[in-house]
Amino acid sequence: MVRPLAGLTVLDCSQFLSGPSAGLRMADLGARVIKIERPDGGDICRTLYISNLELDGESTLFHSINRNKLSYAVDLKNAEQREALIALIRRADVFVQNYRPGVIERLGLSYETVRTWNPRIVYGSISGYGAAGPWRDKPGQDLLVQSMSGLAWLTGADGQAPIPLGLSMVDMLAGAYMLQGILACLVRRGIRGTGGHVEVSMMDCAVDMQAAVWTERMNGGAGTTAAADSAAAELRACRGIFRTRDGYVAVAPDDRATLAALKASLAAGGEPELPMQARLLEQTTAQWLEEWSSRGIACGEVCDWNGLKAQEGFSRLHMIQQVEGARGSSWATLRCPIRIDGERFVSGRGSPAIGEHNDLILKEFGL
Amino acid sequence: MKPLEGLLVLDFSQFLAGPWAAMRLADLGARVVKVERAGVGDLSRQLLLSNLRVDGDSTVFHSMNRNKLSYAANLKDERDVDKVKQLIAQADVLIENFRPGTMTRLGLDYEQAKAINPRLVYASVTGYGTEGPWKDRPGQDLLIQALSGMAWLNGDADDPPTPFGLAAADMFASAHLAQGILAALVRRGVTGAGGQVEVSLLESALDFQFEVLTTHLNDGGRLPQRSAVHNAHAYLAAPYGIYPTRDGYLALAMGAVPTLAWLIECPELAAYDNPADWFDRRDEIKTKLAAHLKTRPTAAWLALLEPADYWCADVFTIERLLAHEGFQALDMIQEVVRPGGTPLRTTRCPIRIDGSPLVSDKWAPRLGEDNERLDREYALRAQAPT
Repeated sequence: MVRPLAGLTVLDCSQFLSGPSAGLRMADLGARVIKIERPDGGDICRTLYISNLELDGESTLFHSINRNKLSYAVDLKNAEQREALIALIRRADVFVQNYRPGVIERLGLSYETVRTWNPRIVYGSISGYGAAGPWRDKPGQDLLVQSMSGLAWLTGADGQAPIPLGLSMVDMLAGAYMLQGILACLVRRGIRGTGGHVEVSMMDCAVDMQAAVWTERMNGGAGTTAAADSAAAELRACRGIFRTRDGYVAVAPDDRATLAALKASLAAGGEPELPMQARLLEQTTAQWLEEWSSRGIACGEVCDWNGLKAQEGFSRLHMIQQVEGARGSSWATLRCPIRIDGERFVSGRGSPAIGEHNDLILKEFGL
Repeated sequence: MKPLEGLLVLDFSQFLAGPWAAMRLADLGARVVKVERAGVGDLSRQLLLSNLRVDGDSTVFHSMNRNKLSYAANLKDERDVDKVKQLIAQADVLIENFRPGTMTRLGLDYEQAKAINPRLVYASVTGYGTEGPWKDRPGQDLLIQALSGMAWLNGDADDPPTPFGLAAADMFASAHLAQGILAALVRRGVTGAGGQVEVSLLESALDFQFEVLTTHLNDGGRLPQRSAVHNAHAYLAAPYGIYPTRDGYLALAMGAVPTLAWLIECPELAAYDNPADWFDRRDEIKTKLAAHLKTRPTAAWLALLEPADYWCADVFTIERLLAHEGFQALDMIQEVVRPGGTPLRTTRCPIRIDGSPLVSDKWAPRLGEDNERLDREYALRAQAPT
């Protein structure tokens, strides 16, 4: 099958996670994604280590985010190299950047400039807090945006100190939302022929993530009615991850009927007034899962990654793929989570070394 | 012009992942029609987890379904199915999140819809995919978080597995669904043919963990070790975390420990000048840091760190954020009103196109609110005998 974005060229000037994760998705969907990097050091993420683990001398983080891409190194201060980049931009379909507001203008590659070279280009920008307002120059970093947006208060129990989301969720959703805008503009370009500018800020995305919570908070008062009875509060208290005699279990009743069924199962064979958590310690995870499943209550096991990987249900997803690095190494990572026409998109190409594809691109595009 | 103007999307889905993707397509300019079960509608209208009802529907429903129309149909009645098929014949996108097999029984699965309209992009979101031993399990965000290992990434080392406090699996599945739909529409612009897009909450939850899972897959299967002290990311070194101060909290992202020590006047930390130690001796560093940060108010720390561009932030509650001029400058809140109903304050789409935010004051519809109008506009007529 021809992949849906086959034939499109994406120039990805972004660094770290938000922009590059969108580039990765476009690559898996069939686009040719070229990282535009500084010759000295490239994407800062190359040297951002987690767990002190590296592959081919670079961080695993970088390798996960940048597989299936090419790298083109450019020194923007060199006039000849700059001209070659402009010629490449004239041939590209998509351009992505995530510098702090003002930087891309100083580099001479703002949307207003780029569109004069290529009016068909779709240009995606990610900022921390938008291009205006008192926060525009703050660092757009995931934990900091979580902290400022209220996200840090959603995890854990009421009354606890703030607990951050343990992954860079704002970065990843900002990349996903920018990509939605880019793809929508490509749909429009197919009809009207012109490109466009897509902008998202991490802060706006963090607010969007809380749409339901905020809508609830902002609308108490006139014209609203509270949920009919105490069932809502009771339901929330009964949903979650609990300890059992031999581990943990997750349970998620979602209406009055399953809440009643859960309460019946807790009452059966135990002290009637025992709090839920105390009662759950009396049986094993397997016993609770069997009992609740037979009563139609949504429930499941709590796995760590090794526990998950051991299960048939996981291997049937074929989520793990093997890719080849630039220096001949081979390593495992995940594939694209989207299926189109029944096909899972895998690609064996690893991540590029800085400037690995300069010659190829210079020749191919006749720069 | 909004980029998806002119496209018709039929949203058969309920709850979160499907409706959220459909709303994004609406924000991007498509006309989105919820096709809902007559008499009941999207079950999230009455979602018990939501405390508030506005004009009879839950606030969760209102926040996921603004900017849509509603067409009520009884899919067990031939006459209604006839009309829905006529609507499918004129649509560009169909979204559904029934359990595997349901759309086939209704005569509306991908192959059947494709026979009616070969240009249609048909998008399905399931819990665990359409095959394998888990395919009939309830596709519920909390259960996916528990199964996928996500719950071991939040909280401190001694805490039990702690789920993300929002529907993270639903959110990513929704974003991936919209990406697949849009990519298929880009392809349709070239080839003229529609296609089928499938995502599952579980695969999306795994993709969300792709960086840290890649590390796990290549480090001999080590499990994530949450920091024992103010954990914020199991794989990041000190000082990454949120710390209590004398009057509130302070968030610190990645940065050099000696620089931090110098800026906040904490000589005890200055000796940690080997970056490998920031990870390997993370808890020790963070313990000392936490004790020091308790001695002054948040504003005092920010005054020392911000001028040096050390990555830090205050920790706002929703109320403090809403009142802040920095937040007001974002213009993220919009008001929608049902005719004759109460105005509802909600968030807007976070994407800007060509310099303008995508806003729309179109409300979340009442059940079946647009049947007559859509029957007329799309010339839908029941052909089966009464």
